[in-house]
Amino acid sequence: MKLIELTEVSKIYDETIVPVRAVDNVNLQIDKGEFTAIVGPSGSGKTTLLNLIGGLDKPTAGKIFVDGTDISTYKEDELINFRLHHIGFVFQAYNLIPVFTAKENVEFIMLLQNISRDEREKRAIDFLDAVGLKDRINNFPTELSGGQQQRVAVARALASTPSFVLADEPTANLDSVSAESLLDLMEELNFKHNMTFIFSTHDEKVIRRAHRIIQLRDGKIEKDITSKSNYPINS
Amino acid sequence: MITYIKLAWRNLWRNKKRTFISAASVFFAVILSLIMRSMQKGYYDYMIDSSVRLYTGHIQVHGKDFWEKRSLEESMYYDEALIQRLKENKNIFEIIPRLETYSLISFGKVSKVVQVNGISPEVENNITRLKEKIVEGSYLEDNSEGILIAEGLSKLIGVDIGDSVVLYGQGLHGITAAAVVPVIGIVKFAIPDQNKSFTYLSLRYSQELFSAYDRITSLSILLNDADKIESTKSSLKNYFDDSHEIMDWAELSPELVQSIQIDNASGIIMLGILYVVIAFGIFGTIVMMTAERIKEFGILISIGMKKRKLALVTTLETIFVSFIGVAAGALISIPILLYLEKHPIPLTGETADAILAWGFDPIIPFAFYPGMYFAQMWTVLAIAFVSALYPINFIRKLKPSTALRG
Repeated sequence: MKLIELTEVSKIYDETIVPVRAVDNVNLQIDKGEFTAIVGPSGSGKTTLLNLIGGLDKPTAGKIFVDGTDISTYKEDELINFRLHHIGFVFQAYNLIPVFTAKENVEFIMLLQNISRDEREKRAIDFLDAVGLKDRINNFPTELSGGQQQRVAVARALASTPSFVLADEPTANLDSVSAESLLDLMEELNFKHNMTFIFSTHDEKVIRRAHRIIQLRDGKIEKDITSKSNYPINS
Repeated sequence: MITYIKLAWRNLWRNKKRTFISAASVFFAVILSLIMRSMQKGYYDYMIDSSVRLYTGHIQVHGKDFWEKRSLEESMYYDEALIQRLKENKNIFEIIPRLETYSLISFGKVSKVVQVNGISPEVENNITRLKEKIVEGSYLEDNSEGILIAEGLSKLIGVDIGDSVVLYGQGLHGITAAAVVPVIGIVKFAIPDQNKSFTYLSLRYSQELFSAYDRITSLSILLNDADKIESTKSSLKNYFDDSHEIMDWAELSPELVQSIQIDNASGIIMLGILYVVIAFGIFGTIVMMTAERIKEFGILISIGMKKRKLALVTTLETIFVSFIGVAAGALISIPILLYLEKHPIPLTGETADAILAWGFDPIIPFAFYPGMYFAQMWTVLAIAFVSALYPINFIRKLKPSTALRG
C-alpha cells in the first residue's frame, strides 16, 4: 500500500553564492510497512530528503504525497499539525526534553494531541513497557543510558500513533550493543505492528537490517535496492 | 497548561547558577529601587507634613483675596459654632484659626516691620509645638496681653523679657492699631526669615488691638488622611460661600510642589537606570537560554509542538525568573523598609546643621506604602514581557530543519 510518494521533488538552497541542489528531481514511493534506509555520503542529500518527507522543509519543486495528501502545499501550522498526527521522529541526540521524565516525555506528544490525561498516562506506560523501560518511567533522560534514551524516543514516536517513523541517524551516538538492541526493537515493531521506518544513516548495522536501501549521490537516487526476503511477513 | 508551566519551571532550573544570577540581579535592583522610592516618598511626606504643620495646613480657608493682598480688609468672620460643625468631619484633625497682619515694632530707637500672628495658643501649640521653641520667658495663654518675639528679632531691636515694645500699625478699616505690649517670651526659629520677623499675640488680644473683633485671616485645617484632600475640600465648600477661598497645601506652597517634582524627576531617572540594569540582566538570560536551546526548539517543533505554545513556555520562563527576583526583593525589603520607617537615619555634622536651619529634623525619613510594590512588580513584569519578545520572535522565525542542525 502506497504511503509516501515523491514526484519530481527538488530542493535548492539558494542562500549561498552558488545555489546548492540538495535534492534533485527525485521520484520515490515508499509503501506501508517498509523498513527503509536512505544512505549516501555526507552532502548527498539524505537529511534533506528525510526533512522533505517529514514536512520539516518544503520542496523547491515537485510534490510530496503522504497517505494521498499533498503536503508540499501546506502552510507552516498545517505542517506542524501534520507532523504531530502522522509522523514519529527519532533523532540522533538531544532527542528528549531533558526536564521531563521518560513517562512525561512520552506523554508530552499526546498532550499536544489533546489526548485525555488518563489515556496519556496509560499509553505512555504501555509504550515504555513495549520498549523495555517500564521500570525506568520516572527517570530523567540524564539518568538513562544513550540506548535507553533512544528507546524512550521510539516510545514517544509511537505514542502519537503515526503513519510512519523517521529516524535520522538514530544509532550514531550509541555503542554497538545499544545500537543493535535499538534496531531489534524497531525491527520488532516493524514486524509485529507493520510500522513503517525510514532511516537516514551511515551505520552499517542499520543498512544491514534494512529491507530497502535508497542510495543517494549529489541529491539524486543512485541505487534503490530492495531485499524482499527481509520484508515483514504481514506486509 | 499545567504541563507547560511545569516545563517552563523545570527549564529554569536546568542551569541553576544562571537562573540564580539573573534572579539576583532583579532582586538587588528591586531592593535598591524600593529603598530609593521609600526614601524619596518619605522625604516628600516629611516635607509636606512639616510644611503643613508649620504653617499652611493641608487646607486653608481664608477671605477671597487674602492670599494675594494679605490685608486685614480680606479677613473673615470667625464663627466658633461653624468650627465645631466642621470638626464633625472625620477626616479633619484640627482647625487652627489665625489673624495675621503686619505692624511696626519699636523699642528704644529701633523700629522694624514685623509679622504679627494672632493665635489660639493651645491649638497652635498642639500642631506647631510653638511652646517648645520658647528659649526664654513663658508661652501665651488665651487671655494674654503680652507678646512672643522671635529670638533674632529680639536681638535686632535689643529687647528682653520684661521689656515693653510699641506696636504701631493699621487695623481693620484703617483704624490705628497702637499699643505698648510687654514681652513675655522669646521663641527661636530655625528658619532665618521667621527668626528675624515673627511675633505672636493671643488671638483675642490681636483682634482687639487691630479692631478685627471676631475676625480671623485664615483657618488652617489639618487632616487625618492627606490622600482625601480633594474630597474634604469639596465638602468644605458646603460651609463657605463665594467670599471665601479654599486652597490646599499644593496651591499654597507651589514652590514645595515644584521642588518635589524636580527631585522626583531625578529619582525617576535613577530608577530608569536601575530598570535598565534589570532589563539587561533578564535579557542576557533570555538570549543565553534561547541560544543554547536552538536544537531543542527544533525537535519540539518537529514532533508537532506549535510555535505559539513553545513561545508560551519561553515567556513563562522569563516571567518566572523575573518574578523570583521581584518576590524575593519585595519580601526581603518589607522588614528593612518597616524598620527604616520607624527608625529614620539620623544625620550629623554640617548636613544636620543645614537641615536644622530650615526648621526640619536632621533625619532621612522613609515611607512604606503598598503602592510602590505594585509599581515595581508591574515595571519588572513589563520588562520581562518585553524581554520575552526576543525568544518569541526567534521561535517565530525558526525553521525546524535548520534548528535541528543546532
